Amino acid sequence: MNTQELYQKTDAILARCGTEERSMIAVLQAVQEEYAYLPREVFPYLSQKMGLSEAHIYGVATFYENFSLEPKGKYVIKVCDGTACHVRKSIPILEKLRSELGLAEGRKTTDDQMFTVETVSCLGACGLAPALTVNGKVHPSMTPDKAVELIETLRREEA
Amino acid sequence: MIATRQELQSLREACMRAAKAESRKILVCAGTGCVSGGSLDIYAALKQKMEAKGIPCEVELAMDPHEDVVGLKKSGCHGFCEMGPLVRIEPQGWLYTKVSLADVDEIVERTMAKGEIVERLAYRQNGKIYEKQEEIPFYQKQTRKVLEHCGHIDADSIYEYISIGGYEAFEKALFDMSSDEIITQISDSGLRGRGGGGFPTGRKWTQVARQKATPKYVVCNGDEGDPGAFMDRSIMEGDPHRMIEGMMIAGVAVGAEDGYIYVRAEYPMAVARLSNAIAQAKKLGLLGENILGSGFNFNIHINQGAGAFVCGEGSALTASIEGKRGMPRVKPPRTVEHGLFDKPTVLNNVETFANVPTIIKAGAEEYRKIGTETSPGTKAFALTGNIVNTGLIEVPMGTTLREVIFDIGGGMRGGADFKAVQIGGPSGGCLTSAELDLPLDFDSLKKVGAMIGSGGLVVMDSHTCMVEVARFFMNFTQNESCGKCVPCREGTRRMLEILERIVAGKGREGDIDLLLELADTITNTALCGLGKTAAGPVVSTIKYFRDEYEAHIREKRCPAGACAKLRRIHIDPALCKGCSKCSRICPVGAISGTLKQPFVIDPEKCIKCGACIGTCPFHAIKED
Ligand SMILES: Cc1cc2nc3c(=O)[nH]c(=O)nc-3n(C[C@H](O)[C@H](O)[C@H](O)COP(=O)(O)O)c2cc1C
Ligand code: FES
Repeated sequence: MNTQELYQKTDAILARCGTEERSMIAVLQAVQEEYAYLPREVFPYLSQKMGLSEAHIYGVATFYENFSLEPKGKYVIKVCDGTACHVRKSIPILEKLRSELGLAEGRKTTDDQMFTVETVSCLGACGLAPALTVNGKVHPSMTPDKAVELIETLRREEA
Repeated sequence: MIATRQELQSLREACMRAAKAESRKILVCAGTGCVSGGSLDIYAALKQKMEAKGIPCEVELAMDPHEDVVGLKKSGCHGFCEMGPLVRIEPQGWLYTKVSLADVDEIVERTMAKGEIVERLAYRQNGKIYEKQEEIPFYQKQTRKVLEHCGHIDADSIYEYISIGGYEAFEKALFDMSSDEIITQISDSGLRGRGGGGFPTGRKWTQVARQKATPKYVVCNGDEGDPGAFMDRSIMEGDPHRMIEGMMIAGVAVGAEDGYIYVRAEYPMAVARLSNAIAQAKKLGLLGENILGSGFNFNIHINQGAGAFVCGEGSALTASIEGKRGMPRVKPPRTVEHGLFDKPTVLNNVETFANVPTIIKAGAEEYRKIGTETSPGTKAFALTGNIVNTGLIEVPMGTTLREVIFDIGGGMRGGADFKAVQIGGPSGGCLTSAELDLPLDFDSLKKVGAMIGSGGLVVMDSHTCMVEVARFFMNFTQNESCGKCVPCREGTRRMLEILERIVAGKGREGDIDLLLELADTITNTALCGLGKTAAGPVVSTIKYFRDEYEAHIREKRCPAGACAKLRRIHIDPALCKGCSKCSRICPVGAISGTLKQPFVIDPEKCIKCGACIGTCPFHAIKED
């Protein structure tokens, strides 16, 4: 981790969002936007700049599902398991993706840092259930086979 | 920048003139659903094609009206996502469904150049073709009030909103009404919170207006955490100014100068549309200091959630805006007294705010003409699950479930039998065919132990296992429990364990009673609404489908045939021709046999994945 660069970027974020406690979540979101996760070095730095204890900031970061303390893959796939998607069979899609990529419940990112597979509890695209997103882009009416095709397309693009 | 009331009025007239001149329009749906189907590419292609053909098209409302121009707009969600990408043609009111890039040429050549309909793109149901959007059964049976402009205007244009009478209610509230008069109108309208609880909005505003402490805040709850609901998303994306106008009226009524909108992180498009709408209103001078020279100041800020369902609860939401962990606190004191930054706060849902401009403009009496005595107005529902027409609908309060599911929803998907509908998400309960004629309003639902909740309606057919549904919701709630109070933190975990073992075929005698006992304890002792309602789906499924629980526990059988661990798959020797296809696809080598002789499945090895069932050309593999 290039801490110098991290501090510079964080300074810019703090200048934009503010250093008061109320900016906490926006600041963490902006850091995560840059790095796709929250590097551990950011906590002591934020603590110093925002005048809050590291434990406090860590507490906020771990409370919210969307903050990740671990690096994620280049492609973050979120399979919706909201009610509408669940009753239209989203779990087989999740299982297929996991088996295709050698992932499991506690293992979300592939070793080559290419894919991360997670679940999300509703994308608000319930009319198109079952849905998943790849880096935020919604893919509607999925099936296990379509999900595999999607992975293959992404792999081809990388190759 | 408009600095006075007169200037707003003349701007409105100019906008109306411009909108009238631009009667020919193509509206491409740019809601989340249609965008994922490629509607933005269709939009770009339409623009290119029209320009190439020399048809003058205007993407923004042109203030110098000339009659031959065609408006090409990106609209918000029509709620008919399943048929998307959608394109609406005006003034005819035609709706083109499932439009693809390949259709663009024909739309321009025929519809735009000659005014003809492209019939194959029109909606069809039971062999009948519906040209006009309003005639499609899905729309015909609805009463779209809050959603009336969603899909019909450019959601990114404040001028279009103004051209249909936008900010007229705000103007009226600001100049012609006292704070008391505004609140009286809201109270008399009988408007009740659309976020789940159904608390009278007027009473909430009265309490905040009465508080001495300042500053006061207006907070809009756009967290929409109920999985399976997307009404608020569609309003924020499709008609953002309407909700903002509602918040501004609340600001005038209670004397607040700052508003906050809390939007969940999964709705990036809603955030973009709202930010744009706020920036436009600010630029025009409708937000900011000394609005229209009235002396009233109001600003709106957006906060994005970070993935915690509990943040939809009022005190957790304000904690989250303050930059803290979003945990609910003990009440009282209530949000109206000690809300955001410990100050008096009006906290309402997106749809609640979106109702406000209509009430102020038309008056409480007019508003009450729709809906029931104790639940006036309309309600938006997200209709999803095993139903033909999934989507976003709006009906008068008091409409029956039967009308919603069979008339608007078009009945069950794939001809299966209706079994139940889950209403109110993880806090709600299920309703069965016995309740099909129950009016959907706050009080009727409460009587049968369900609730409107946010408005998610998930329809389930006979292949859905109700024990599994209860497990699904308990899993959700357990995951989302913030861990502050013991009954919710521990109780939901214990209930989930029991449900997990029941669906795995390991249920024990007495489990049902244990579930009910835990449910009773959690409901009565949890700190916030999340825990208090967590047991809802379990209690209601036990009430209506106790026999399904018993079959799982006593006979290790899933009557709906849905629970994978309880499936029993066998090959019918009379139908099996011994082709060996099934043994080749089986991932665990559980099927064996000799060619041209009936094959058999080893139940010890079988993982019940069901892969063999689909491959058998003779339909010889069955499960029971
Ligand atoms: C766990 C929990 C989650 C909630 N989620 C939401 C939500 O996503 N959106 C919402 O408007 N209200 C939600 N509520 C209800 C709010 O606490 C509050 O009652 C509502 O926003 C008030 O607005 P209204 O009176 O306009 O409905 C939730 C409540 C609880 C207990
Ligand atoms: S349940 Fe999957 S998008 Fe809503």
